[in-house]
Amino acid sequence: MTALGWAIADGWTITRRALTHWRMQPGLMLFAWFFPVLMLLIFGSLLGGAMETPEGSSYYELLVPGIFALTMLFGLEGTMTAVTQDKDKGVTDRFRSLPMSSAAVVLGRCMADMLDTIVALAVLTGAGLALGWRWHDGLPSALAAFGLLLLLRFALLWVGIFIGLSVKNAQSITAVQVLVWPVGFLSSAFVATSTMPAWLGTIAQWNPLSAAATASRTLFGNPDPSTTATWIGSHSVLMAIIAPLVLTAIFLPLSAYRYRTLSH
Amino acid sequence: MYGTVYGSTLNERWEVTKQQVIEAANVRKNYRGGTEGAGLNGFDLEVTAGTVTGLLGPNGAGKTTAVRILSTLLKLDSGTASVAGYDVSRQGAEVRRRIGLVGQYAAIDEVLTGRQNLVMFGRLNHLGHTKSVRRADELLERFSLTAAAGQSVGKYSGGMRRRLDLAASLIVAPTVLFVDEPTTGLDPAGRLEVWTAIRQLVDNGTTVLLTTQYLEEADQLANRISMLKDGKVVAEGTPDALKAQLGSDWLDLVLVDPAEVTQVLGLAEPITNGEIKVEGNRVSIPVKDRTRALTIMANSLHEARIEPEDITLRRPTLDEVFLHLTGASA
Ligand SMILES: Nc1ncnc2c1ncn2[C@@H]1O[C@H](COP(=O)(O)OP(=O)(O)OP(=O)(O)O)[C@@H](O)[C@H]1O
Ligand SMILES: [Mg+2]
Repeated sequence: MTALGWAIADGWTITRRALTHWRMQPGLMLFAWFFPVLMLLIFGSLLGGAMETPEGSSYYELLVPGIFALTMLFGLEGTMTAVTQDKDKGVTDRFRSLPMSSAAVVLGRCMADMLDTIVALAVLTGAGLALGWRWHDGLPSALAAFGLLLLLRFALLWVGIFIGLSVKNAQSITAVQVLVWPVGFLSSAFVATSTMPAWLGTIAQWNPLSAAATASRTLFGNPDPSTTATWIGSHSVLMAIIAPLVLTAIFLPLSAYRYRTLSH
Repeated sequence: MYGTVYGSTLNERWEVTKQQVIEAANVRKNYRGGTEGAGLNGFDLEVTAGTVTGLLGPNGAGKTTAVRILSTLLKLDSGTASVAGYDVSRQGAEVRRRIGLVGQYAAIDEVLTGRQNLVMFGRLNHLGHTKSVRRADELLERFSLTAAAGQSVGKYSGGMRRRLDLAASLIVAPTVLFVDEPTTGLDPAGRLEVWTAIRQLVDNGTTVLLTTQYLEEADQLANRISMLKDGKVVAEGTPDALKAQLGSDWLDLVLVDPAEVTQVLGLAEPITNGEIKVEGNRVSIPVKDRTRALTIMANSLHEARIEPEDITLRRPTLDEVFLHLTGASA
């Protein structure tokens, strides 16, 4: 087999390891997959009544794509925790002492986390549909929206690997887990950025999470007032492609660098 | 510059003579951002094929650093090191094909079962699925883990984990096995289990480099011992030669009545080979032949009708050994 062939085969072995984890800890996985649904229900019933929605549409029309995007952000924690634990427990060292390519370790992590995200998205889609959320512009457009969300998750994967390899121990992860919330709130995940105070709205608009939330609303045909309010709002799909690519361009090389400098 | 040509000639030389499986000369390593002088400071080591070498040293001596450098996980700053004839800095991939590493902390997946762990590592060693499963079952049997094979590793005892860790490093029979502190933190039963496992390996001809903080462990398992202190080897030799250099075992007596001390000093005369230490009602007697000394002393005490509160036989502690060595070289 070629080097690339082995990298893929080894990567698949590591993906299977994650899939076995799912099987061994079904409770934990179910909780992780249903947590976004819980957020949807909590924020939906908490803010739904108070929220002014365009043309009297249900708040869920705005919120469901927002929670989709937020789920991508929360996936960061999973990646980070897995990477730090492997580093802490010496599993990473064991992999590094084997005659296998280091790309395989990352490839395996990547496939496992993307699969995990797809399941979470599927569960959340089911919940959204049950609550009355719909996509209005046809299936291809809806699939494009899911594609953009997964692209964001892919970019955040590299952020997670980088942070996971950089932190000293698992406790430091807690700090990041807390920081995820303000990033989530400072975006268009829960409210359209056009309804925020101007300065806050400007910051929130440039949050990659907003781009994914607003772009998927556009593609699902769900109303979002910020799409007509500003330039960046009306170009959200473009932003939802560019922002993840920029994040990947920064954090993929950084992760590779961190992995190599584990030997210094 | 020399590339593979240099590597292959070196390796052929090794194939012919089959002598030094590990060679390290004047290896230096300072951790980035670490304290000055921590790491390795001119580390030398030679390990002959088919032997067990013990790297003995206290906390922070540089044992883990040495093992990580030799197993290519860590880059050295200067000096040279080769394993199985391959340079660790330039031919890392070749080295990794020939080594097994058991790190200081068990590096296995806690969620997976013992068997799932071994099968995974088998596949990552490119054995293919069927062979990986067969090899996993062989190793589980060999390390007495068959009964626990289907259990999540999280439920294993320390000794079982360590044995599984050993098994995972032996999936492809390595030329050299590195074992970093195999029994630290284990209870006596766990320690015995691991010792037995390591002895079996040696019977199969694997060259082993193990690190330990315990003189007794090195004594039990190793053919040769290198003593490490502050990143440097301060003494090297067979356990017996080192022990002879180190001085004696100690017979410690705690007496009920301090008045008995003078009498005991008289009784100790025939068995001691050094200077007896007295502290209150505690008498420490350096002895050469440990078991003989103990029987003779027990008899003499019995005849003299002295019943000590406590009587123990002990090896010199690692601290005493290092004190002795650094004292002797100063
Ligand atoms: N990643 C690191 N960064 C900075 N300094 C380090 C690092 N790892 C080890 N050191 C330092 O290098 C020295 C040698 O450490 P090493 O882990 O090799 O010792 P050891 O003999 O294995 O000790 P122990 O018995 O505690 O495992 C110590 O002083 C330690 O503090
Ligand atoms: Mg150590």
